[in-house]
Amino acid sequence: MNAVNATKNPAGGIRIEGLRKVYGHGDTAVEALKNVNMAVAPGEVVGLVGPSGSGKSTLLKCLGAIIEPTSGRMYLGDELIYDNGWTSSDLRALRRDRIGFVFQAPYLIPFLDVTDNVALLPMLAGVPNGQARSRAMELLTALDVAHRAKAEPSQLSGGEQQRVSIARALANRPPVILADEPTAPLDSERALAVMRILNQMAQQAQTAIIVVTHDEKIIPTFKRIYHIRDGQTVEERGEGRAL
Amino acid sequence: MISLAGRDILHSWGKFALTGLGLGLLIGVTLTMAGVYRGMVDDAHALITNSGADLWVVQQDTQGPYAESSSIKDDVVRSVRGMPGVSQAANVTYFTLQVQGASGDDKRVMVVGIEPGQPGEPGYLLAGRQISRNHYEAVADIRTGFALGETIRIRRHGYTVVGLTQRMVSSGGDPMVFIPLKDAQESQFLKDNDAIENDRARTAANPAFNRPGVPGLLQAVQALQSSSHSVNAVLVQVQSGWLPERVAEPIRRWKHLSVFTRAGMEDILVAKLIATSAKQIGMFLAILALVSAAIVAFIIYTMTLGKIREIAVLKLIGTRNSTIAGMILQQALGLGLIGFVVGKVAATVWAPVFPKFVLLLTQDAVTGLLATLLICALASTLAIRVALQVDPAEAIG
Repeated sequence: MNAVNATKNPAGGIRIEGLRKVYGHGDTAVEALKNVNMAVAPGEVVGLVGPSGSGKSTLLKCLGAIIEPTSGRMYLGDELIYDNGWTSSDLRALRRDRIGFVFQAPYLIPFLDVTDNVALLPMLAGVPNGQARSRAMELLTALDVAHRAKAEPSQLSGGEQQRVSIARALANRPPVILADEPTAPLDSERALAVMRILNQMAQQAQTAIIVVTHDEKIIPTFKRIYHIRDGQTVEERGEGRAL
Repeated sequence: MISLAGRDILHSWGKFALTGLGLGLLIGVTLTMAGVYRGMVDDAHALITNSGADLWVVQQDTQGPYAESSSIKDDVVRSVRGMPGVSQAANVTYFTLQVQGASGDDKRVMVVGIEPGQPGEPGYLLAGRQISRNHYEAVADIRTGFALGETIRIRRHGYTVVGLTQRMVSSGGDPMVFIPLKDAQESQFLKDNDAIENDRARTAANPAFNRPGVPGLLQAVQALQSSSHSVNAVLVQVQSGWLPERVAEPIRRWKHLSVFTRAGMEDILVAKLIATSAKQIGMFLAILALVSAAIVAFIIYTMTLGKIREIAVLKLIGTRNSTIAGMILQQALGLGLIGFVVGKVAATVWAPVFPKFVLLLTQDAVTGLLATLLICALASTLAIRVALQVDPAEAIG
C-alpha cells in the first residue's frame, strides 16, 4: 500500500488535505477522522473501502458537504470548501450543482416518473422544465432506460432503478459523484454493469467518482483504492480489471 | 419547476380523496352549523317582516309576544286604533302546540290567531285563499306538510286548510298555521271538560257567587271563567309619513303598554332570543375547527413521516427548505380544498332535508374556505417543522 499523494492537484476533481472530524467535546469527544488525505482526478473512479466504524460514512458526509469537518481542507477543483465563508445555503447549492449522489438503495422520489426524477435536479437549479427533461432523456438514453421514461419508480427493476439514480446524479453535470454502496443489492452481472456505466460516465463527463463499497465483486475493477481504518486513509493500487 | 405537492397528491390520490372526504364531511357539518345560525336569524327576520307590522304592542314590562309571554285584553286594540299615526291595528295570538293532520301524524306548529284582512295575516299564498270565515278555516305554511282541503285538528276542533303559504315560521323554526282570532283565543285558553266542571263546582260552592235572591249571578261568573278575551299582542301599521317611534311613544305613555318598533323587535329576536343558540353554535364551530385542524395536522404529519427518506434525499440533492416546506403546505392546502369542496357539496345536498332551516350564504362559504385554508396552513406547521429537521445525512445512513 502506498501513502496518499496529497500534493496531487488535479484540475477539477476533488482533493482533501489533513481532514479531521471530531464528534462531541471534552471527555466524550470521538475523533472519527484523523488527518485524512485523498485526491481523485477528473474521469477517475476510485474505491473507498473499510470496515464498519472506520469512518467511511463520516468521510462521505464531509465530501458530500453534509457535515463540516473540524479541521483540514477540501478542494473542489481549485476552489477551497469549508473556509468558514460557506453558508448552509452555499453548501446546499454545492450539493445540488457540483456533487452527485448515488445511494445503496436508489431512493427515487416515488411520486415522480423516471424522467422527472432525473430532471428534478436541473429544475431545482433553475433550468427550464423543457431543457431539464431533454437533459434527463439524454441521460436515460445513455443509460439504456429511456424506454421506462414515463414509468413510476415502483414499476422498475432494481437494476433499472439504480441506473435512473445514476442518471439523476449526473443530471447537473457535477464534477464529483459520491456513490455509497451502489452495487450492494445487485447480483454480479448487474453490479459490474453499474460499474461499467460509472466508468463510462467518468470518462465521458470527466467526473471524479468515489465509490464506497464492501462489494468484493467490484473491488477488483478499481485502479486505485483508498482503505480507511480508524479514521485514516491509506491508498492502494487496485487491479483495474477491465469491465 | 414541477409541483412536488401536486405530483404527490396525484400519486396518492386515493389516500387524499378518502382523507378529503372525511374532512369534507366535517367541514360540511361546520357549514351546516353556520347555516343553521343564519337560518335562525333569517327566520327571525321573516317572522318580523311577514307579520306586516311596524309596531308590536304587548303587555307592559314584557318583551313579548315571541321572546316572552304577553297577555293583553282584546279591547286594547280599539284604543290603539285611535292613537295618532296608527293606520291599522289588529289583535294577534301565538301559541305553539302539536297539530294533528288528516293522516293522524302530529306536527309541531305555531298557531297564529289573526283577524282576516288585518296585520298578521300571511303576506302571500302559494295556493288557495286567505281565511274568509270566522271559524274553522286555516292557512298553513308549506313546511307543515298539510295539503289544501285537508282537515287538521287543533285542540277539539277541526280546521280546513284553505290556503298554503311559505316562510312563515316562528323564531324557533316551527311552521305557522293561521286560524281565525276567536278560534285561537278559545284554543289557547281552552280547558278540558273535567277542569271546566271542576271550576263550575268550585264557583257554585262559593257563597259570594251563588247568592240566594241574585238570579243569574252564578251563570254570569261561570261564563266569564270559560271565555277568553286575551290576546298576546296588537300589531300596528303606522300611517305613511309617521315615524314608528313617534307613534309608539304615546302608546307607551298613555296606555301603559310596551311597544316595540321593528328594530327593537329585531334586537329581541336576534340579539336576545337566539343569543344562547348562537353561542352554542359558535362553540360548536370552534370545536369543529379544532377537530378539523387536529385531523389535518395528524394526516399531514403522518404523511410527512412516511416521506422522511424522500425528504432527506431531496435535501441532500440540494432542495431548498422553502421548496420542501412549500410542498407540505401545498399538500395541506390541497387537502383543505378537497375537503371544502366535499363539505360544500355535502352541506348543499343535505340542507333541504335538514329539520331546521339552513341558510347557506356565499359569504359564509368564502369565509369557510379562507378559514379552512388558514387552519390547514397552521396544521401543516408541525409537519413542516419535522421535515425541516430531517438531516440530509439520513439519505446516506
